Amino acid sequence: MPEILRRERLVPNIHLLEVRAPEIAAKCRAGQFMIVMPDVRGERIPLTIADWNAKRGSVTAVFMLVGTSTHKLSLLKAGDELPVVVGPLGKPSDIRNYGTVVCAGGCFGIAAIYPIARALKEAGNRVITLIDVKANYLFYWENKFKRVSDRISVSSRDSFYDSKEYIPHQLQTLIGEEKKIDRVVAIGCTYLMYSCSEATRAAGIRTMVSLNPIMVDGTGMCGACRVTADGKTKFACVDGPDFDGHTIDWQELFARRKSYFDDEVRSYCDWERNEFP
Amino acid sequence: MSDKQELPSELKARLKAEYDMEWRKEMRKSVPIKERMKIPRQKMPEREPGERNRDFKEVNKGLDLETARREAQRCWDCANPGCVSGCPVAIDIPSFIKLIDKGDIIASLCKIKETNSLPAICGRVCPQETQCEVVCNLKKATGQPVAIGNLERFVSDYERQKGEVFIPPIPPPTGKKVAIIGAGPAGLTAAGELAKKGHDVTIFEALHIAGGVLVYGIPEFRLPKSILKTEVEYLQKLGVRLRTSFVVGKTATLEDLKNEGYEAFFIGTGAGLPNFMRIPGENLVGVYSANEYLTRCNLMRAYEFPLYDTPVIRGRRVAVIGGGNVAMDSVRTAKRLGAELAAIIYRRSRHELPAREEEVKHAEEEGIEFHFLTTPVRYIGDEKGRVKAMECLRMELGEPDASGRRRPVPVEGSESITEIDMAVVAIGQSPNPLMAQTTPELRVGKWGNLEVDWLTMGTALPGVYAGGDIVRGGATVILAMGDGRLAAAHLDQYLKNGRS
Repeated sequence: MPEILRRERLVPNIHLLEVRAPEIAAKCRAGQFMIVMPDVRGERIPLTIADWNAKRGSVTAVFMLVGTSTHKLSLLKAGDELPVVVGPLGKPSDIRNYGTVVCAGGCFGIAAIYPIARALKEAGNRVITLIDVKANYLFYWENKFKRVSDRISVSSRDSFYDSKEYIPHQLQTLIGEEKKIDRVVAIGCTYLMYSCSEATRAAGIRTMVSLNPIMVDGTGMCGACRVTADGKTKFACVDGPDFDGHTIDWQELFARRKSYFDDEVRSYCDWERNEFP
Repeated sequence: MSDKQELPSELKARLKAEYDMEWRKEMRKSVPIKERMKIPRQKMPEREPGERNRDFKEVNKGLDLETARREAQRCWDCANPGCVSGCPVAIDIPSFIKLIDKGDIIASLCKIKETNSLPAICGRVCPQETQCEVVCNLKKATGQPVAIGNLERFVSDYERQKGEVFIPPIPPPTGKKVAIIGAGPAGLTAAGELAKKGHDVTIFEALHIAGGVLVYGIPEFRLPKSILKTEVEYLQKLGVRLRTSFVVGKTATLEDLKNEGYEAFFIGTGAGLPNFMRIPGENLVGVYSANEYLTRCNLMRAYEFPLYDTPVIRGRRVAVIGGGNVAMDSVRTAKRLGAELAAIIYRRSRHELPAREEEVKHAEEEGIEFHFLTTPVRYIGDEKGRVKAMECLRMELGEPDASGRRRPVPVEGSESITEIDMAVVAIGQSPNPLMAQTTPELRVGKWGNLEVDWLTMGTALPGVYAGGDIVRGGATVILAMGDGRLAAAHLDQYLKNGRS
């Protein structure tokens, strides 16, 4: 079973997980994800591959603590094993020289957008990174982003950074400032991706989002992750996870993501009661 | 496959040699046919419907030794056994049944395992009534064929209860590496056959447990997972290696595996792509594909939530769309998860139901409702995006279509609305596209199936064989096993002579 090489807390509530998976590391490209299962009674959850090291034979994901599975993962340590690590899944992101690209990310999406920003930079783009955090201490990987960005703009709700604006406003400000933006890539919670897509719609800037519907197998055999793009049903695990944000039925995605809300709460309460009596 | 076909001469000779053995002659003489015909077909004991529809324990209890021997006595031991020609893997059925009659159960098991590595599974899930049992000569005489499937199941259960696993002799290693892609019935069978030839076999499976549809699709109450586990462990004892959580096409391509030294391949990746009807409201919360619903329940054990972490919606009023075995499995699962109304919605009539008769009977006993000549046209959601009702049309049967079944035609103005809080779409699966997408040299048919030479199961690529649902579309477990067996024989020839 795949061994955990590193599990560390990056910022409050957000953890990094590095797993030995040489085959995945050898094949992985920006925008792909893996499915992991924290223990044998666990469920299969998708995590974006935020970084990989073919030499070391490892892949890295960053996750936010939101329920039973992510809490289980956050208690594991180096040397522990995961019953399931499978990937790389999904289509890689479209990486080309577009010109000027904005990479917008928030919470776990900060890590998820990093490999895309890196690949876009390597492809010769001018990369502008836009980060949105609730508070300054929730920003991580600043140095990594500095190396792959031509310009970084961070906004948080506290007074630490220049801007307190929410990400769609930040994006609109940027559209006003920059001469030309050829593409936007946004990753984070569904609301962040939805609002970024709405912010660029009027300007007609192609905006790619990495959708995060519920998944089970991650290989296209069940359709749990189906979304409506351009009026057609697509399976995010095989047709995506990247889609043009202007074509997505967001209301449907919001509803489908809440399918098991009550069960998730019940599962977490149950697990926590057993773990922390 | 139900048609009686001419057996290959080599097989005929083998059957004849067994038939002519002294002990068989003696057994035939010991009880006259007239006596045998007086024995009624022995009933499979079942758990009470009202009790079993509330848990996931097995419905059929299996025969005991005494009943099994009585059933085995019914077999005439024909010189020209129809049953063998009805079995896609050509088990020497008269021999294994007469060994039960004689009381030598382990010898009977060895006889089955000569051609079938997974008898506990076949004895449970094969549609014997359209395969071996439909061509049983006793059926022609009395209408009641020998219960071949129940006997096969009995023999394998007997072995498991004794705890001693019979391992056939394996020749010295050939040093040839074979990759099996997909651990479903086709792949497992091919793996067993090739291991018995001394090849170095590795199965690559995308999910975390081997079995394919046997683990994610067929519920515990029809096929206990502990039995599947024993069967997979048996293959591992034959030397088969298993790599789970490995998606060929993603984790590595066929080309990558070639570079790692694999010389021949068997693709058994199945028909795992769920079909939807593309009607309005199909993406509402509470509308599942059968694959998702059954995967959550069987593979992820959502019926034990919150002991297991995967949730599943426990609908009160559940509609299952379709009439095959997958639909029956889904609707019986929903009932077990507490549905007050669990109904099959099928566009043809009872006569055309593709599900096994036994499954339909079990479903009826368990309180499943059947709505025939009905088809959904849209799902209706509430303000939260959850399904709350379904609009259906009544159908009439028109002229027979290409498949020979009468085509359902909608009756105009027959719309009606039914309240539901969950629906499962079980209208079929298509072949999994992943292999074909990442290995462009493979030829693909118009249904997304891989094209093979049906005599050898060879694909367009030399050394690459395929079988089961990936070439047939949604078919049966035993046909997949038959393909796996046939492909393994030719793959073995390919490894020996460079061609099949």
